[in-house]
Amino acid sequence: MLYSSQAVAKPYFIAAIALFVGQILFGLIIGLQYVVGDFLFPILPFNVARMVHTHLLIVWLLLGFMGAAYFIVPEEADKELHSPKLAILLFWVFLIMVVLTLLGYLLVSYATLANLTGNRFWPTMGREYLEQPTISKLVLLIVAIGFVYNIGMTIFQGRKTVINLVLLTGLIGLAVLFLFAFYNPDNVVLGKYYRWWTIHLWFECVWLLIMAALLAFVLMKITGVARELIDKWLYVITAAVLMTGILGTGHHYYWIGTPEYWQWWGSIFSAIEPIPFFVLTVFAFTMVNIRCCEHPNKAATLWALGTAVVAFLGAGVLGFLQALAPINYYTHGTQITSAHAHLAFFGAYAMVVLTMISYAMPMLRGRAAANSHRSQVLEKWSFWLMTVSMTFIALLITTAGTLQVYWQRFVAEPLPFMAVQEKLVVFYWMREVAGLIFLIGLVVYVISFFVGGEDKGETSAGVN
Amino acid sequence: MNNIFTNAMARNTIYGSVLVILLFFVLTFGTVRTLPERVHHENITPQVVLGKAVWEQNHCVGCHTLLGEGSYYAPELGNVYQRIKHQTNETHAGPFIKAWIEIMPTDAPMRRQMPNFNLSKTELNALLAFLKWFSEINAANWPPNIEG
Repeated sequence: MLYSSQAVAKPYFIAAIALFVGQILFGLIIGLQYVVGDFLFPILPFNVARMVHTHLLIVWLLLGFMGAAYFIVPEEADKELHSPKLAILLFWVFLIMVVLTLLGYLLVSYATLANLTGNRFWPTMGREYLEQPTISKLVLLIVAIGFVYNIGMTIFQGRKTVINLVLLTGLIGLAVLFLFAFYNPDNVVLGKYYRWWTIHLWFECVWLLIMAALLAFVLMKITGVARELIDKWLYVITAAVLMTGILGTGHHYYWIGTPEYWQWWGSIFSAIEPIPFFVLTVFAFTMVNIRCCEHPNKAATLWALGTAVVAFLGAGVLGFLQALAPINYYTHGTQITSAHAHLAFFGAYAMVVLTMISYAMPMLRGRAAANSHRSQVLEKWSFWLMTVSMTFIALLITTAGTLQVYWQRFVAEPLPFMAVQEKLVVFYWMREVAGLIFLIGLVVYVISFFVGGEDKGETSAGVN
Repeated sequence: MNNIFTNAMARNTIYGSVLVILLFFVLTFGTVRTLPERVHHENITPQVVLGKAVWEQNHCVGCHTLLGEGSYYAPELGNVYQRIKHQTNETHAGPFIKAWIEIMPTDAPMRRQMPNFNLSKTELNALLAFLKWFSEINAANWPPNIEG
């Protein structure tokens, strides 16, 4: 750690992990509700538990991104963070917003929450991923603006590296595209159209730029490969993300009342959307192969390679599987969609944040470049437990989804939705077991932070 | 490789995205222009708008899908009006849907449960008007069949 202000990343990372645990617990609840339909009903209906699951997902990843940026940007800009005080203030504002929103979801009915927060004056609630009360969205926007200002000023006054600029582009995109979350016209189709400008362009465009920048930073640090080479890869990845991801939005516009031409544009650009993920994977493996030093943090290296591979499988492969219009006609809005979302989110975003935490946390905690061998062994166990179980979750619900498509949409005499769901029970049970293994992996991950032992020292890395 | 593909060339590939963004705006313009006809904008009455608010403020999308978007826990509702009409008839579809919502939850053991949202008569009628309007949107022949 070169600058003391990088330390503001620490509370962000700790809170991110805590909320991650919450997300998984609620995931297990809704997984069980798929098979034991009345589990916890009416105290915690499915829609509420699912909303908590996805809300926690987004906010813990945002906390992870912000922490990562606060760690990376000063080091890359070669100066202290513009305002560490603002960073800490925004942390608490964000966390309080997250907790109050959660309490709102859990303690009162959604309609009451909408009423209490004045949704009628500016209705933005009740849409997938955008369930937060308008006031929560406004707080999130203010935090995003303050955060981008802090990061932007640091970069503006310091060294403008490619990693910093790509990261900043992604973060500005994140804040700007969030504005579309506030637009909810009476014409539902128009609302759906612009909702994707936040959701899709976050997950399949600007968040990917953030992910690429984070990965590039960690790879540069742990492999010691020359910055010029890292930069070149990052340029190509950025170009590939923008050229495929933006019009890839079209694959959400096939069947929601938008014109048929989207079936062509969406399919063509979705077909090339795996390219940036493939380049990311090749990038990660090439950098590790041509490394010029042995960094003691083996766990971070594992996460860095893992995030590239699982992102490619989850976003690239499982995404492609259903992105072409003639296939999507059958798969749209089924368990196959859910499978893709799970593996893509975990691979691209959860794992890249964990990569960053794995790399930065030992230093933030005043240890040497890496945790002790014992701690790293546990962390690597958690990597495999979580990655393998999430892969199983994705495969199980892909299979369930395939059968769902067959019985509900493909055969000559289709069955009703619930009749099909009853046939899929065995897959949902197996998915729940895989989820429990994931939780075990996550517990092992948390435990790895409390394992002491001899720290691993500095290496010859850091020439960049 | 370094001499053939320089960093400057790598950086310049990013400019290609400008074309993509322009194309995105053109296609968006086309979409926004044709939507009123595809969704029968003239049928979005104040009652439909109220129904949309009921839909959103009770978080229906937390379990159901609307043209495939939402959660996959409960049936598609974009075409629910057509589906119930198919099972009953034109006059009974509306009352059937309203009664269905009112008798929830079933409390059948182990079955997925839908909460009772305590909707007023006005809200129920508005929600029905919303679902009826929505079922007439031109969604490129989706869903593949009446089951959603």
